[in-house]
Amino acid sequence: MSSDVDVAAPGVPLPEGDEAEEHAGIWRRAYDNVKTGNLGIVPIVIGLVLIVVFFSFKATNFFTADNFNNIVVQMAGTCMLAFGVVFVLLLGEIDLSIGYLSGIAALTVAEFQLPGSGHQYPGLVAIAIAVGLCTLIGGVQGSIVARVGVPSFVVTLAGLLIWQGVILQVLEIKGVIVIQDKWINDTAIYYFSAAAGWIIAAVVTGLYTFVTLGNVLGKRRAGVAIRSPLLVVAKVAGIAFVTFGTVAISNHAAVPNGLPLAGVLVVIFLIGLTYLAKRTPFGRHVYAVGGNAEAARRAGINVARIRILGFMISGAMAGVGGVILAARLNSVDLNVGGGTLLLDAISAAVIGGTSLFGGRGEVRSAVIGSLVIVTVSNGLDTAGYKTGTIYIVTGVILLLAVTLDTIARRLQAKSGR
Amino acid sequence: MNGTPILQLRGISKSFGSVQALSDVDFEVLNGEVMALVGDNGAGKSTLIKCIAGIHGFDSGEILFDGKPVSIHGPKDAAKLGIEVVYQDLALCDNLDVVQNMYLGREERDWLYRLKEPVMEQRTAETLKSLAVTTIRSIRQPVASLSGGQRQSVAVAKAVQWNSRLVILDEPTAALGVAQTAQVLELVKRLADQGLAVVLISHNLHDIFEVATRITVLRLGRDVGVYERQQTTQQEVVQAITAGIPTKVSGIAETDAEAIL
Repeated sequence: MSSDVDVAAPGVPLPEGDEAEEHAGIWRRAYDNVKTGNLGIVPIVIGLVLIVVFFSFKATNFFTADNFNNIVVQMAGTCMLAFGVVFVLLLGEIDLSIGYLSGIAALTVAEFQLPGSGHQYPGLVAIAIAVGLCTLIGGVQGSIVARVGVPSFVVTLAGLLIWQGVILQVLEIKGVIVIQDKWINDTAIYYFSAAAGWIIAAVVTGLYTFVTLGNVLGKRRAGVAIRSPLLVVAKVAGIAFVTFGTVAISNHAAVPNGLPLAGVLVVIFLIGLTYLAKRTPFGRHVYAVGGNAEAARRAGINVARIRILGFMISGAMAGVGGVILAARLNSVDLNVGGGTLLLDAISAAVIGGTSLFGGRGEVRSAVIGSLVIVTVSNGLDTAGYKTGTIYIVTGVILLLAVTLDTIARRLQAKSGR
Repeated sequence: MNGTPILQLRGISKSFGSVQALSDVDFEVLNGEVMALVGDNGAGKSTLIKCIAGIHGFDSGEILFDGKPVSIHGPKDAAKLGIEVVYQDLALCDNLDVVQNMYLGREERDWLYRLKEPVMEQRTAETLKSLAVTTIRSIRQPVASLSGGQRQSVAVAKAVQWNSRLVILDEPTAALGVAQTAQVLELVKRLADQGLAVVLISHNLHDIFEVATRITVLRLGRDVGVYERQQTTQQEVVQAITAGIPTKVSGIAETDAEAIL
């Protein structure tokens, strides 16, 4: 394809010093990244470790296997919402409706599993209906943003009010809907047996190793230099350590014992959405639209379509999160989707390193960010602090994270041109 | 230089409200030539290329591509014909790396809808090498960390790697240092040697005399002459830019620019 115009100018020597440059490797890339505003996950991981160490000394019941499982299940719902937020933020947009949208999903799933209601479906079908509905709503909101040009802040703020209103209208009459369906409740309260946990850890590690090897081989076949083989090995080792470590702790817990399904769901979505963001043309276009929408348009990308799909992902993930959050409580009541859920999800994505200004961030930032938020609130809770303190501390952490991001962006502006 | 021009504009007029940006402009480019488009600020250079690129419509006149009349209603139509424009503001995504920018919107993918990164990386390296763009340290670094000349090179490489036949460069050397300017001009020459038609817009006559085959001068929205580089001088071109007289004024028989100057 490119060969016609790929000006064949034979005899042009290879850029000198290429080999040496490649091996300057890790540090050079890290420097480039920092210079261009990509701080990576290092600061936030250090922060998380500090938080864990702090609470381990502060609260007696914090650093236990049981509490580890608690944190995993607590963060799962928020994390699902945060996954969606990452995509919307990457596009340089915002979605304020996801909190109550997740409430709509909870309400829907509860309604469609309700025995004797005339529309009782199997749990999985109910889940599919709920997530599908949220995806559709996300698509409608996204269309208004992308096609009509109403700012996403306003569209989704309206969504926030509308879906809250719908929830109030429905539940004012019904009060509380109890969820009895096993499939639905299992999303939050099922724990794998010890053996199953080990198998899952082995599968995840094996898959990661397999994919990484595939990439390395692909690069070698294409004759492209493999950067920093040490880093590749370190990454595989790191993944193995984290997965097996997680299972070891979970299996060590007394009540509830074993690896929580909710945690596994988080990992599944983490892998799937990372694939979507980093390995597919769609993901590439999301970054492009967020980075420079005009350049994306000139490159022939259908910007409106990408934006709408982004909002659909946001809606879908709000739906998934809503189901898990409802399952944790086994019921849906008037407070569903409210409280700090929305702000926690957005904070999670931002604390995890996704920029509010679009074009920079990773899917994994949702996981790290929600871990930070949930760990802080869990730790403060365990140490006997009140809700007020939890809000204040979370707020300070959010401010720190955004300040860091803003400084990074200014560095980028300076390094450009 | 013979045969039909790849692109030929006949009597293009365009006004923005009461401002006549272009009036009755003729313009042509042949395959394998660098046609420079010069003129003072407000002469209508940008408007003219925007008409060619399909960003503006024009009020009257016609565009012939390969000798056939075509209608260009948008950037996509232009791209379909093989016309690529490298704008002054470059249109690169700062947050993406060189490879990602080169393939933006036309990514290679496999049956799993997966990006073929190694293939794209390798071809990008080849393209840049064949254009002798050697100063970029790593094609996996974000474009934000590149210098102005490097960005310009990437933007040009991006424009020409897709079967394009006519490349329009808008002030490609405006913000560059001496060495980088030389690099970009070298690139421009190489494009023409490949048989591509190149339209070069620039304020810098020195640059133009180094690479152009012919020079079209615009003044106040009219074309005031086409000069063969070999048979003209910078002085003559400057004179045309500042005080050129249209060779063709509606209602008046064609005048000979050479005779007047």
